[in-house]
Formats: sequence, structure tokens, C-alpha cells
Amino acid sequence: MNIPTLRRPVSGRRLIIGLPWLWLGLFFLLPFLFVLKLSLSESVLAQPPYLGLIREFQDGMLVLAINLGNYQLLLDDSLYLKALLSSLQIAAISTLLTLLLGYPMAYAIARSPRHWRLPLMMLIILPFWTSFLIRVYAWIGILKNNGLINQVLMGLGLIDSPLEILHTPVAVYIGIVYSYLPFMVLPLYATLVRLDVTLLEAAADLGCRPWKQFLRITLPLSMPGVLAGAMLVFIPVMGEFVIPDLLGGPETLMLGKLMWTEFFSNKDWPLASALAAVLLVVLIIPFMLLRHYEQRSQEPAA
Amino acid sequence: MTQPPLQPAPGQEPSAAPAPSVCLQQITKSFGSTYAVNNVSLEIQQGEFFSLLGPSGCGKTTLLRMLAGFESPDRGRILIDGADMTRVPPYERPVNMMFQSYALFPHMSVADNIAFGLKQASMTRQLRTERVQEMMELVQISALARRKPHQLSGGQRQRVALARALARHPRILLLDEPLGALDRKLREKTQFELVNIQQRLGTTFIVVTHDQEEAMTMSSRIALMREGQIEQLDAPRRLYEFPATRYAASFIGSINLFEARVLRQNGDEITLASSDTDSELQARCSEKMLPGMRLTLAVRPEKIHLLADGELGPNRVRGRIKEIAYLGGVSMYHAELPGGKRLQFSQSNVLALAEQPLRPEQDVVLSWQPDSCTVLTE
Repeated sequence: MNIPTLRRPVSGRRLIIGLPWLWLGLFFLLPFLFVLKLSLSESVLAQPPYLGLIREFQDGMLVLAINLGNYQLLLDDSLYLKALLSSLQIAAISTLLTLLLGYPMAYAIARSPRHWRLPLMMLIILPFWTSFLIRVYAWIGILKNNGLINQVLMGLGLIDSPLEILHTPVAVYIGIVYSYLPFMVLPLYATLVRLDVTLLEAAADLGCRPWKQFLRITLPLSMPGVLAGAMLVFIPVMGEFVIPDLLGGPETLMLGKLMWTEFFSNKDWPLASALAAVLLVVLIIPFMLLRHYEQRSQEPAA
Repeated sequence: MTQPPLQPAPGQEPSAAPAPSVCLQQITKSFGSTYAVNNVSLEIQQGEFFSLLGPSGCGKTTLLRMLAGFESPDRGRILIDGADMTRVPPYERPVNMMFQSYALFPHMSVADNIAFGLKQASMTRQLRTERVQEMMELVQISALARRKPHQLSGGQRQRVALARALARHPRILLLDEPLGALDRKLREKTQFELVNIQQRLGTTFIVVTHDQEEAMTMSSRIALMREGQIEQLDAPRRLYEFPATRYAASFIGSINLFEARVLRQNGDEITLASSDTDSELQARCSEKMLPGMRLTLAVRPEKIHLLADGELGPNRVRGRIKEIAYLGGVSMYHAELPGGKRLQFSQSNVLALAEQPLRPEQDVVLSWQPDSCTVLTE
């Protein structure tokens, strides 16, 4: 069995490299093509609730019907643009909040004694043991008017009437930051724990005080972790619908929630697909820019 | 807030300072239950090229790190130019260090790496640029100014690390295995460059090394360390010619050790008997020795010479050649003495074809002068 692969190492390598491509093709590209096709079709009250692109094939004549109306609607109805902007805003603020919260956590874990690091990381990952949905539901119990937070604050006499938290943007941010924090901490920890502490010693030796050591050495060298964490939070939050649905109020407008409504309530599969396609493009652009920037920074100086 | 004062520009002679550049007073440092450094006291003068030599784990690196301020001693004091630096953090010490791993900042160019320490010292941009230029010229890397560390070879990185550590004109430069990562050829070349730079700048260099050849070539003085203590502190020549202990003798260079017993002493001439040889051995020793005392006689391989048939000489021993190693300039021979002990001696290969080269299994008579061997009691 081994002999042919030994004789032809190139084809063996190609096979191994080919597997992820096959996976991406089957489970990413193909579904996306389906979504794209769906977004170009027409919505009808039927089962399934859309018409195929191929209308007829007669006498060697193929008749295709490509419906751009869904995209037209997305442009015309300001609701969708508002939802996009609101999603971008929520995702950006949530990413910033998880970064501000996650960086000190990751830093503290990476700098703690070796035998403490694994247990501490386990504590970060532990919430994943419980279902995501149940954890978000639990926040309702904590945030509602007669919930945990309000009872404690009123019990302490700090407030007279309960704070309105549930069904506000604040509740959405709390839910998102809570749920996505581990995705920020994990890549940050991985970068920070590998940072060579000799570099900090070298900086100190050259007259650099601790706070400046952080700004000039630790922070720039942990940027790959910051970017990875930011993408792991920003991208899924853009499409998030469970948290805004459960914790947010009517004014919380997000693409994910809108997609859900179009798909399941309005049974408008083509419009929902068009939204999904737009979301993908919106997310891919910053990713491409990032890649471009990374490649340029790795090129040798002239 | 107080930045360490920068030394005057190179070329300017430092004023004759009475206080030693570095003064260590009874420094002790332990990690857990083991002593890394055990009660070390030491003075290093301004402008010295000082080496801390020893095997790994002897405490030399810990001592260096305490000088830099990365570790603080459990007991004892560190004075730099007469000022107590024992509890001063690294960023306020007039000391810079060249790290064994070089520790170059990977996200900065060569020029930015060198400028890093200068930026901390609130220097004007123009002065800074000039100093960076000057440093890059000193170590001959001006062409690499805009490269990133990962685009450099090992030798180039070493130069950047040196330039960065020297840029602030420290009073004292600490070098942790500065040549450890270089290949042999480059190491030999760089040794001389380091000495050159040190002499031009007049900076005190304190080098940690496990390589005795490196320490011998570069240093004005060597502290040989063993298990957290200084075994012997001397100039390279004295350390080689007059080792104080068996450990010092065998750590530096090759040496033959004879276990011997004192027969008699006449002035500084001492006569010994050894079970390794059938004849009496002669040595010089000014210390008073009592007959019957046990000690070790140490002879360097190059001090031993061949005797022709019937020729007389002191310390005459018979042996049979067992192994020959041709090393280019010299050949190293292993001779077996009648008692079974192996004796190492070397002969320089002056002539391309010696008239009668030694052959394996050849019987030889060897001899050395009484004043070219050392008597060791420890």
C-alpha cells in the first residue's frame, strides 16, 4: 500500500491538499450556488415556494427566467439597508467589546503559571458544554424586569423601579458579548502564549517601561490573534438571529433576524436567499482586503 | 523618570574612575532548593573584557541576568560605577544586554530595532538617525537597514543584536553566549571583531560563555564558575598555565593528571612518586609540602617532548604510541605507560614530512621540565 505513494509523492500530496478543496466545494461553494440560484428565482405560493430558473426546453430552445426583482427590492426598500447598517454597527460594537474584555483575559491566562493555564482555558470553554439556546434563554431570566439583576439591585436599595434591560439593544449586546467571548479569547490566548518573553526583557533592557513594552511589543505582535478573534466574532454576529430575537426588542434590526422572518414567516425563500447572498459579499470584501494587506506586509522590503 | 546617562561618544577616553565598573558583593540566588549563584563576590574594572566561563548550570547566566536586572539576588549587593543597583529595574540601569537568542523585535526593521533604545531615551530624531547610522557602520550592516529580522542570516542577526545593545552607549555591555549560534568559521572571525569594537568604544564587556577557547581568545580576565561559585579568577594565560584546581585544569584545554605522593621537598623543588610511572617525578612548588602528602600533578600535552635514545631528561617516562590524531598544525598522540595510564602529548608539524614520523605501537621516551607542570592539591 505504501509503495505507490512513496514512488509518487507528488500525487499523494495533491490528494491531501485536494481534500479540503473537495470539502469546501461540496459544503460551501455548492450550497452557495443553490442560494444564488434561489435568489434569482420567483416567489410563488406553492410547494416549494419558488419557481425554477428553467421554464421550458422545447425544440432545442432553453428558456431561462432570471428574476432580479429580489435584489431590486433590497435596494428599493430602505428597511434592508437599515438592517445591514444596524447589523454592521452591532457586529462592530460587539467585536470591540469582546476584544476589550477578551484581551485582558487571554493575557492573564497566557501569563499565569503553566499549570494554571489549562484549567483557566477550560473555564472559558466550559459554557459550550451547555446548549447555546439554553444559555441565551437563561439571560432572559437574568435580565427581565423581575429578573435576577433587578431583584438584586432593588433588594440593595440602589434603584426603586426595575431597569428596562430585556428587549433593548443593551440586552442584545450582553447576549452577544457573553456568547462570543470564547471565540475572541481562544485565538488571542494562542498568540499571546507563544510570544517570546525574551523580547519584553530586551525592551526593558533598552529602557522601555512595562506599559510601553505592552504598547510597542506585545500589542503589535498579538495583532494576528486580534484579527483572527475579531473575524471569528464579527462574521457570525452579522448573521446572528437567535440573540436579537430572544433578547432584543422590536427596534433591534438585524439581517439574520430579517432573513429568518422572510424565510419562515413570509415564506419568501428567494428574497431570503438574496439577503444571504448580499451578506456573504459584504463579509467577503473586508476579508479580501485583509488578505491583501497581509500579503503585502510579508513581502520583503525593496 | 531618570533615564540612564549615555556615555560620551566613542573615541573619548573615559575619565579615570576609581570605582570599579561592576562590584558584586556576596551575591546569592537560589531557585527552589538549589543555589544558582552561591556567595559570589567580584570586581570588574572599566574597559575590561570579562568572561564568565563554565558548563551549563554553573550559574553564569543567572549572574548575568542579575546584572541586567531580570533577576534579583536573594542576598548581596550589585554596584555599578559605585551606585547600588541591586533593586533597580532593568529599564533604569546603565547596562545593555545582547541576548543569546538575539531577541530582535520581529515586527521592526533593522534600523528600527537599533533605534528602539534611543527612542526610550528621548533623543532628537536627527541625533537618533545619526547614532543608528554610526552603529550600523560599526558592525557593517548599513545595507540591511530596511530588512526585517526574518530576512537576515544568523551572522547578520548577531550584528544587529550587537548594534542595538551598543546604541545607547552603555557603560557595560552584557553578552550572553554572543557567538553560540554562529558556525565555527564565522565565530573565529567575530571573536576578533568583538574585541576590536570593545577596544574602540572602551565599554566594559561581560561575556557569558561555555566555550573555553572563546573565553581565552577574547577576555582580559576569566571567572571560571562551578556550581554557583567562582572556581578561579585569572587572566587567560594564568588560568591555562597555573590552574588552581583539578576542575580548572581539566576544564580549560587538555591536560594529563598524575595522582602522586610527596617524597621530599628541597626549596621549591619537589620530588613525587606516582603509581602511574616507574620513575620519580620532579616539579616546582613554593608551598610547603610534607612527605607522604597526596596531590595531583598536571602536565599540558604541549609541554611533553620526545627524548632520543639514551638522552637524559627530567620526568622521564616510557610509553607506547596507541593513537595519533592529525590536527593540521599539531598532531596529538596518545601513549600508553607501562602501568596502563594514557598520556596525551602533542608535537607541532613544522615539517611537511618529518624524517621519522611516529607510528602506532612505537615505543617512545617522553619528558617534561619540572617548571612546566603544576602541582594541584584541590
